[in-house]
Amino acid sequence: MHSSAGHSLILALPLLVTAGFILFSLLERRRLGALAPVSFWRRNGIAISTYLVVAVGLWTVIMIVLPQLYMIDLSLRPKLPPNQVGGPKDVYTLENYRYFLYGSTTSTAAWNTTHIKAFFLTIGASVLVTLLNFVLCYPLAFYMAQVTTRARVRIFMLLLITPYWVNEVLRAFAFRVLLGSQGVINTILLKLGLIDQPIDFLGLDVGLYAGLAYAYLLMMMFSLYNAIESLDRNQVEAARDLGAPWWYIHWSVVMPHAKPGIASGATLVFMLNAGALAAPLVLGGPRTLWFTPIVYDRFYQAFNWQQGAAYAFILLLACIVFVLLVLRLFRVGLGEIAR
Amino acid sequence: MTAALTAAITLDHVSVRFGDFTAVDDASLQIAPGEFFSFLGPSGCGKTTLLRTISGFVEPTQGRVLLDGRDMQGIGPNRRPTALIFQNLALFPMMSVADNIAYGLRVRGLSRRERNAKVESLLDLIALPDQGGKRVDELSGGQKQRVAIARALAVEPKVLLLDEPLSALDLKLRQHMRNELRAIQRRVGITFIYITHDQGEALTMSDRIAVMNRGVIEQIGDGRTIYEAPRTAFVASFVGENNAFIGRVVASEAGAAVVETSIGLLRGRNARGLVKGSEAVLFVRPEMLRPNPPADHQWIAGQVAEIAYEGSLTHVAFAAAGTGGLKLTMTLARGDTAAIPAAGTEAAIGYRAEDALVLPRETFGQD
Amino acid sequence: MNTATINRIAVWFYIGLFFLYLFGPLAIMGITAFNSSSYPQVYPFEGFTLKWFDGLLNDADIVYGLRNSLWIGFLVVLVSVPVGLAAAILMTQVYARARSFYYLIVVSPVLTPGVIIGISTVIFWREMTGATGTRFLYDGTLMTVVAQSSFISAYTMLIFLARLQRFDRAQEEAALDLGASHPQVFLHILLPFMRPAILSAAALAFLSSFENYNTTTFSILADKTLTTVLAGRLRQGTTPAISALAVLIIAVTFLGAVAFELVKRREEAAKAARLRQAQREEDRSLAPAGMKS
Repeated sequence: MHSSAGHSLILALPLLVTAGFILFSLLERRRLGALAPVSFWRRNGIAISTYLVVAVGLWTVIMIVLPQLYMIDLSLRPKLPPNQVGGPKDVYTLENYRYFLYGSTTSTAAWNTTHIKAFFLTIGASVLVTLLNFVLCYPLAFYMAQVTTRARVRIFMLLLITPYWVNEVLRAFAFRVLLGSQGVINTILLKLGLIDQPIDFLGLDVGLYAGLAYAYLLMMMFSLYNAIESLDRNQVEAARDLGAPWWYIHWSVVMPHAKPGIASGATLVFMLNAGALAAPLVLGGPRTLWFTPIVYDRFYQAFNWQQGAAYAFILLLACIVFVLLVLRLFRVGLGEIAR
Repeated sequence: MTAALTAAITLDHVSVRFGDFTAVDDASLQIAPGEFFSFLGPSGCGKTTLLRTISGFVEPTQGRVLLDGRDMQGIGPNRRPTALIFQNLALFPMMSVADNIAYGLRVRGLSRRERNAKVESLLDLIALPDQGGKRVDELSGGQKQRVAIARALAVEPKVLLLDEPLSALDLKLRQHMRNELRAIQRRVGITFIYITHDQGEALTMSDRIAVMNRGVIEQIGDGRTIYEAPRTAFVASFVGENNAFIGRVVASEAGAAVVETSIGLLRGRNARGLVKGSEAVLFVRPEMLRPNPPADHQWIAGQVAEIAYEGSLTHVAFAAAGTGGLKLTMTLARGDTAAIPAAGTEAAIGYRAEDALVLPRETFGQD
Repeated sequence: MNTATINRIAVWFYIGLFFLYLFGPLAIMGITAFNSSSYPQVYPFEGFTLKWFDGLLNDADIVYGLRNSLWIGFLVVLVSVPVGLAAAILMTQVYARARSFYYLIVVSPVLTPGVIIGISTVIFWREMTGATGTRFLYDGTLMTVVAQSSFISAYTMLIFLARLQRFDRAQEEAALDLGASHPQVFLHILLPFMRPAILSAAALAFLSSFENYNTTTFSILADKTLTTVLAGRLRQGTTPAISALAVLIIAVTFLGAVAFELVKRREEAAKAARLRQAQREEDRSLAPAGMKS
């Protein structure tokens, strides 16, 4: 298919979906009879209805759906000089995805190992960081939600939120101050005579992982806290009175109740880690492999937007797969986790 | 149709269906201007739906609603001459008491001066003078109640609709508010339509009552008629205490019927003209039963099970002899208690045949 | 020493470690802002200085980036608050069966990595403005506002949804019943009810925009914001000036948060007192007449 036809299709798609949506509403209305609320326009009045439809329509269509579709569209097109765009050579191709797997056609290697390795490392490390965040946050979330007083919870909340209004770049920088070769830890270790050469924490990626684990802790904490907080304190008491050991109470009472919160925290933290850019840029060593900087370089070093779009879509797919896996694993609906 | 022109409200064969469920089934009635009219029924009987149909939040599936003789078809709640007091009152928490009361006037475009004058007179009416500046959450339950009434009255509605407004109050306050509501209605003189599941409220306050069950208006009448001459088994059992004997009519003559029940033959008034063979229920009010009845009474043999002394009244639980272990309640005034046999003794109680009602059974006792 | 005491010590030890992890790096960074050494370090502390703060104000790039960030944050609030509000209201009105599809679309930006939102926005607008001859719209600031608003609107929507769940539909009906038109119901009843949520959504939208890096770094094109200037600096090398900037940001947000907390506490106390007063009055008015004096 020629790509200009592709664009008309993409532009028509949201319109079709919207039309389907309206048709669906009309059918639902007929099915419900008198139970159906008053019609949308009558219920809100013309002015407010228009505001609702236009605001949400522009947002969902122009800001959410179309950009994603255009990105996928671009990822399926070859990189061409400007005068050939829209010409006979501008046809859909899987070249950019092929590149991710096999690298340049002139390269001799069988696989594009650098990129593939970076991708899987990013996914794997993100999963590990997510688990680590869960382990770090669960006890405090439980303590705040079930044990301590309301007044103290508010102080804790204040303390938890404050570091997170400092932006990601500065949070990463704090770890560089801590772990750099002239950083605080190396200076102390040198002075104490424990080492005689500064340890290259950043080159060893220790800085990167520490920074990532730190960066999105709050998301996990809040998801867990909100979920555990809604558990009736008496249930835990009751389980304790029945003589259940503490680990069993957590496993059989608290965690099942907090499942949507755990799922929500896990998806958010994973997504934020896999898409993190500041920490790898600031804390990554010269040989650090992280997928987002590679995507970034496709755009602003290689100036190959088509390839960059393909890489971005691969990352997006990974996130979607992760979300679906978590939903399946925890047997919860999307509505329960995104709150 | 001249009556329809003078009535404050006419319901003309109104039905409301939600999908397969019929909430209101063919309701027809007329309510006169200035009447205090109640809809009484158990929860889910359709009374709230009917109220929402009158106020315009629900369109009837069939039939017409006429206010002052005007068909309300297609007229939204904001353009109907009715005002509704919600079960939870729905006061606006972000406005002061005065702003709440003045809200209907504000959206009608009245000037601040006109509004203030009106609000002050209404605050006097509800006995909360000089409280207009308070916030709603500073009010107690009873005060909120009164503010809700004032807010509704401010727009000078032809009809005030009240959806169980007292149900959230405690008992003492509820009784106090009953009197107050009735007094306010007399003073303003407009039609009140009152929804309740509490028969005490309906009986004490209303000029007329419509008893509803499963979407159907079973009977309309004043309190005395509803209590003393119920038309259906549901009304007889729902309004007030009643002893019910399910059976079959075995003889009917001259306004009386004999019903064969599980404890034997019993005679009662045949108010609905049931013929021999009809399934029927015979109802006897507890206060119509008396111990050691004379010979011309209907007799029921059995055993006194329990005696509960309540001051002015004494309630006697009586286990009738016969199959089914039927339990009856007999209520005696303080002067009549001397004749009560001791608990556990065999005894007979009875009633006069004209004090019992024989009504068609329909679905009574089946759920 | 009994087990309860040991437990308590263990719990507080863990909490202490947790907050040490949370604040330690920031505290150390903070100290370096006051050390005159030109590399950000705590030890050796060469001497107390405020020169790094002084330098910030004279740093044209940082001042420009800050101004641009504030401007973008302001615009993002203007877009994402009304959009999020509309999306939340619509959510309560969509038919039950269509709701999950609608929900999927509107929360997807929350679950999409920020870099991808930046990338897709830039791609879409480059193509659109190119095709329609409106290239002037393809501007770093504008792109950043659009890209950030696309996911920040989802955040604000979630805040509004939480508030709407506590909205009593009877309020709307009461206003209608008293004769209000639909726009009047919206302006007089719904908006005032949403006011606290609108304020917190605006604050969240502004702060999310201000601190955003992942989306902005793509959408800002040739322009700059505070975070992109910072990131650029960090790639060149580290100086205590960056620590100084962090100290300023932490100080401002912490003071803001504490002030907010204090105001909220005072309001709640006043509200509780008023309620008690009303209850006392009613008890008195219902008491038998003889007891009134």
